[in-house]
Amino acid sequence: MAPSTDSNVKDENSQVSYKKDINTKTGRILQNKKHSNDIFDVIEYLQSEKDKEIIFATNACKRVFCQLFYRGDLYVGDLPQEEELMSGDRSAEEKYRIFMRHRYNNCVELLLENMGHEAFQVKEASLCALMKFVEAEGKHPLQNLDLIEHYIFPRDLFLSCTQTLVEHLLSTEEDMSLLISRFQEFLEMDDVRYYVMSSVRDNIYRVMGRNKKAVIPVYQNNVYTLLSNINVPSQGSKIKHFLVKQACKFALLPWYCPYKEHKRAFEQMWLLFLKFKLPSSMYKKILVILHESIMPQMSDPTLLIDFLSAAYDIGGAISLLALNGLFILIHKHNLDYPDFYKKLYSLLDPSIFHVKYRARFFHLVNIFLSSTHLPAYLVAAFVKRFARLSLTAPPTALLILLPFICNLIRRHPSCRVLIHRPSAPCDDPYVMEEEDPAQCHALESSLWEIKTLQKHYHPDVAKAAMKINEPLTEQEEEISEVLELSTFELMERDLKAERKTIPLEFDTATELLKSPREVLGVHFSLE
Amino acid sequence: INKTIIVHQLVFCAVPLPAAGGDHHPISKNPFEVKINRKKFDVLGRKSKHDVGLPGVSRSRAIQKRKDTLLKEFRLKDKNNTFIDRRFGEYDSKLTPEEKILQRFTLERQRTQDRKDMYNLNEEEELTHYGQSLAEMEKMTDVIDSDSDSEEKGLLSAELTATHFGGGGGLLRKKSAGDDEEEEHKPRSRQELIEELIIKSKQEKRERQTQKEEAQELTEKLDQEWKSIQNLLAHKTPKAERTDETDKPKLDQYDMMVRELGFEMKAQPSEKLKSAEELAREERQRLQTLEADRLKRMMGDAEEDAVQTNTHISADDMNDGFILDGDDRKTLAYKDGKWNIEGEEEEKEDEDGDEEGGEEEEEEDDEDDAEGEEDDEEGEDDDEDDADEDHCDLQSDEGSEDEDGQGAEEEQVCAEEPPAVSEEQKKAAQEAAKAELPYTFPAPESYSDLKQLLQGHGSEQQRLILDRTLKCNHPSLSAGNKAKLQKLFGFLLEYVGDLATQNPPDLRTVSALIPQICGLCQMFPEAACKAVQTLLSDSGHSMEETLEVKGRAPMPDLDMLVLLKITALLFPSSDFRHPVTTPAFLFLSQALTRCAVVSLEDVCKGLVLCCLALEYVSLSQRIFPELLNFLLGLLHLTVSDKHNMGYTVVSPFRRQGKSCDLLVLKDPNVSHSWNRKPISLQTAHRLPAQSPVERDHYRLSLIDSCLDLVKRCTWLYKDLPSYAHIFQPIRALLLKHLPDLHREILDAIPEKPSQHAPLVFKKKKPIPLKLFTPKIVLDYGKKRGNTKEEKERERLKHKYKREFKGALREIRKDTRFLAREKLSDVMSRDAERKRKVKELYGSLATQEGEWKALKRKNRK
Repeated sequence: MAPSTDSNVKDENSQVSYKKDINTKTGRILQNKKHSNDIFDVIEYLQSEKDKEIIFATNACKRVFCQLFYRGDLYVGDLPQEEELMSGDRSAEEKYRIFMRHRYNNCVELLLENMGHEAFQVKEASLCALMKFVEAEGKHPLQNLDLIEHYIFPRDLFLSCTQTLVEHLLSTEEDMSLLISRFQEFLEMDDVRYYVMSSVRDNIYRVMGRNKKAVIPVYQNNVYTLLSNINVPSQGSKIKHFLVKQACKFALLPWYCPYKEHKRAFEQMWLLFLKFKLPSSMYKKILVILHESIMPQMSDPTLLIDFLSAAYDIGGAISLLALNGLFILIHKHNLDYPDFYKKLYSLLDPSIFHVKYRARFFHLVNIFLSSTHLPAYLVAAFVKRFARLSLTAPPTALLILLPFICNLIRRHPSCRVLIHRPSAPCDDPYVMEEEDPAQCHALESSLWEIKTLQKHYHPDVAKAAMKINEPLTEQEEEISEVLELSTFELMERDLKAERKTIPLEFDTATELLKSPREVLGVHFSLE
Repeated sequence: INKTIIVHQLVFCAVPLPAAGGDHHPISKNPFEVKINRKKFDVLGRKSKHDVGLPGVSRSRAIQKRKDTLLKEFRLKDKNNTFIDRRFGEYDSKLTPEEKILQRFTLERQRTQDRKDMYNLNEEEELTHYGQSLAEMEKMTDVIDSDSDSEEKGLLSAELTATHFGGGGGLLRKKSAGDDEEEEHKPRSRQELIEELIIKSKQEKRERQTQKEEAQELTEKLDQEWKSIQNLLAHKTPKAERTDETDKPKLDQYDMMVRELGFEMKAQPSEKLKSAEELAREERQRLQTLEADRLKRMMGDAEEDAVQTNTHISADDMNDGFILDGDDRKTLAYKDGKWNIEGEEEEKEDEDGDEEGGEEEEEEDDEDDAEGEEDDEEGEDDDEDDADEDHCDLQSDEGSEDEDGQGAEEEQVCAEEPPAVSEEQKKAAQEAAKAELPYTFPAPESYSDLKQLLQGHGSEQQRLILDRTLKCNHPSLSAGNKAKLQKLFGFLLEYVGDLATQNPPDLRTVSALIPQICGLCQMFPEAACKAVQTLLSDSGHSMEETLEVKGRAPMPDLDMLVLLKITALLFPSSDFRHPVTTPAFLFLSQALTRCAVVSLEDVCKGLVLCCLALEYVSLSQRIFPELLNFLLGLLHLTVSDKHNMGYTVVSPFRRQGKSCDLLVLKDPNVSHSWNRKPISLQTAHRLPAQSPVERDHYRLSLIDSCLDLVKRCTWLYKDLPSYAHIFQPIRALLLKHLPDLHREILDAIPEKPSQHAPLVFKKKKPIPLKLFTPKIVLDYGKKRGNTKEEKERERLKHKYKREFKGALREIRKDTRFLAREKLSDVMSRDAERKRKVKELYGSLATQEGEWKALKRKNRK
């Protein structure tokens, strides 16, 4: 192990030469064991000031150590202290291996440190290198095989790796979504995912506990980004995608029945995350993906009930979004939710037409009210309330709402009195302010609001409202196709329609603010 | 194998002559044979073929025919071989056996003779073509072959066709009847006949050709002779022609007169000059029909049958294609091919004030000058002219009085007729001449062209430029102008948008350009519609995109507001569905619900949008929920105390937030110093920096307008059934926070909703009971055979049916006949057998008897 001649000479010539330097050194290390001291220089670059150098060095380290792993040039077994290296009577070969193993450990430490670097590229490179090491170590274990009987996962490395990794990924100060999305590639691997999930859980517990349950938006956002990227396969048999591949059969080993474990880890991770107080934007984000990507992957979705009922009680858009999760629990998991309809009824206010999740809301309400076993008073209350609210709705919402109301009346013939009741004129007995649908006297009312909307400025809305003038047809109208209709799409319908003649205003104008029915000119002047 | 043995000793096939009704006559006389069919009714004028029949005769004839044909076939049915005797005259009963033998012999001899000829090559035979010898033809005595020859070729004689297609039978018969005695008992074969025919036709052709040749020769000869005497006649020809001429008119005069009378322009009654009263009435009627049309469209039922009413024809319209847009626009009129000077005079008087008029008056000084000089002067005066126009002027300098549209226009506009001019006017004119405009403008090809054309001029001048551009490029003047002006409309809208967004916005000019925009729109509704639609769609799309990305969009800019206003001026917003205004409505709705209100400018823009929305619905009284929401939101901005409110505000307003106090007055006492005046539209673009008091004044103006709009809304919607519910939030807000601000509105909104009858379905017309009186159709007898084809079809069907029945009957008769024949065969066979058996028995008996007798004899 001859000391390298130019080991401590810094190459200060130019910026480009570091590449050459590193390249030649790695080449030499791999070529001849004589030059193995060059590794110090390469590792030194990892602590360089310049991002580019670090990245290049990281890649070089990755190359070198992977090659060494492949050759079996790293010491296997319990590693003796470096100081003892000279004293023990070992062969040169063994000494070399022990030496290299120590360098490897150094390198890993440095890489873990680099994960906290400010430049994204450095972080990314370090991440990739570390994952590569984990893979290599799994293939060529550094422990004695006979000592470990169960599934050999490079735990030491990996646990420390994931923990620091998670630590960094779930930074409380910085938005790490870029790096997390890079990391997603590794989250496809089942073993990686499993360990990440457990370390995330620990991390959340620790961080949130430390912060006394206060809201930490950046941290929670990071957690959310990471969590939403984790997908447990839908079937246990699909778990066969590993970062660490080994020759022996794991299926026989007791460790390996991880699907349930997987699900449990996933569930615990989410539940822990949802246990703490969240900012309202986070609520929305989670609720949007909840029913599609979280609930199906949990082993017991009913555990979400606390979270969902809390969200449902918040009000506004969050309540609307919580409906979806609740619906799945009620529908698929036999959850009993007292006063569900009452609550739903009280959710209806003018803002439902303006929120972003309007389509989803109407889709759900349509499902909730599709049961023909609902009492007439309840349906009537909903119909009347929708009708009253329609007086403030934009045309796109009205095009959903009017067919929807008609469908409700079709489903519940006893509500037909709302549009057909030959009797003397009266006040509207409906009480808008009443929270309880049973008490609001909706069945005694009539849908004058729809009558009003027959004078709506948009022809399609007016036509839809005209339908109550005659007995409704048997066939229900399909509302799913208008759910996502935007105002611009509605505009385009008229813009694209072919018209033979274009009627014109026959009073020709002479000035901008002068027309037979001038309103603008009354209040505004040109100057 | 069906072997036919044909006797070939004699070539000619003997075809027996059919005995065509030879025995008809004697039988028809026999009264016992006649069967008279009894008629049930005697119909006058109907001829019946079947009142008299000869059943016996026809039956026997039928049987005979069957015997001849069917029976023969039957007899030969399963026999393979047939025997056809084709010897000459074998079946001819008229020939005596001796004659027959003689004939056969001669024929035989002839044939052997012919055969020898076949190999006799030495004998010279003349080759012919069309019966003429080829040798002769080769001498080329050239004859001009007229094309009538080919025509003749096409003619087919009845005989010829009959021989070609109809078989020889008929022909033979005819021939045998017509020909002389010798041939009568010497029937000819088909081949003979055809040969004969060919010879005949050739002969005919030859004759024709020779005739033609003769005619040709004769004409040539005549020509020659004519030439020789032509000189003698030369000087006399004109006279002859004259006589011809005089002849002709005599013949045609009457005809000509008739024709002339037919084509003569009818005296058309000139239009009576209308009195002012009549004009007013007409105008009123026109407006009434237009209004009725509009109402129909508003109801939405007359969408399809809406006819493009050529809406804008003024009573003064000379129907010359020009459109009168305003008082200040020059109209051109023609009278008797010259341009109408009086109209121009009036115009000049109208324009007295502005520089244009003055300029013209200046020109009037040198009224007696030529027009070219005038132009020249103009060219000198005008320092703003661009090169193109200079060039134009130069052209007219050179005196090239080109009559293209622009040139003509130029002349017309600057034609002269001097009204009395005062000195002051002259001076003013001289000053104005500096900023004088040229009279013709090319239609701008691109937006930058238009911008270049209009920029740097005052608003009135811009209007004038545009006006002149429109006139110079009127579609009636040149074919390409239509497309140019259609494009111009789009450019104008763009220009208007630019004017509205520049800083400060030049809305005066926009306003000044309105008549021209309207005029263009009336000229090209489709193009205008497309242009406005594109703008609406573009800005709608961009708003949608920003909404998707950011969640909120900024308020539309002033150009969009102006465009919406112009849309309302150009297109009827009261229509139930309109290709432009319906999207415009949606755009308004989108802007009023999704655009964030974060500054006073936004409030102002929102208020403009509200005004527009109200304008859009003011005639049709349609409900516009977004408008009311927005007004409520605006009022909400004035409320300082946001707690405990009895209403909910919807998007784009929030209950609480940083821009929720936009309209809260900083100093409550400022209202004493405020007086009402219209808000400047320019403030919607950018609010100038103001002192707090001014800002408060501005706020007060906005609030005032807002309340006024609310008032207008209450008035507009007071007939709606949900009137009280619609205004309930506004009422709550006003009552709670601004109780004494606008008492009128509060009074207008009732506290308790008025009573309404509950909804019922529309009464349907009861379905009438089924009636049992017979249905009488008057046009009987027209059931079938209406058209020629149908009649033909019916006829054919009937014929087919008859033929089918007849055929069935014939077949039945055939089978019956055959059965009978078979039976008689069997009978005869049996009888024969019986007879033979009897014979045998007899012979045996005699044998036995003889034998016995012999035995007896021997015994004896």
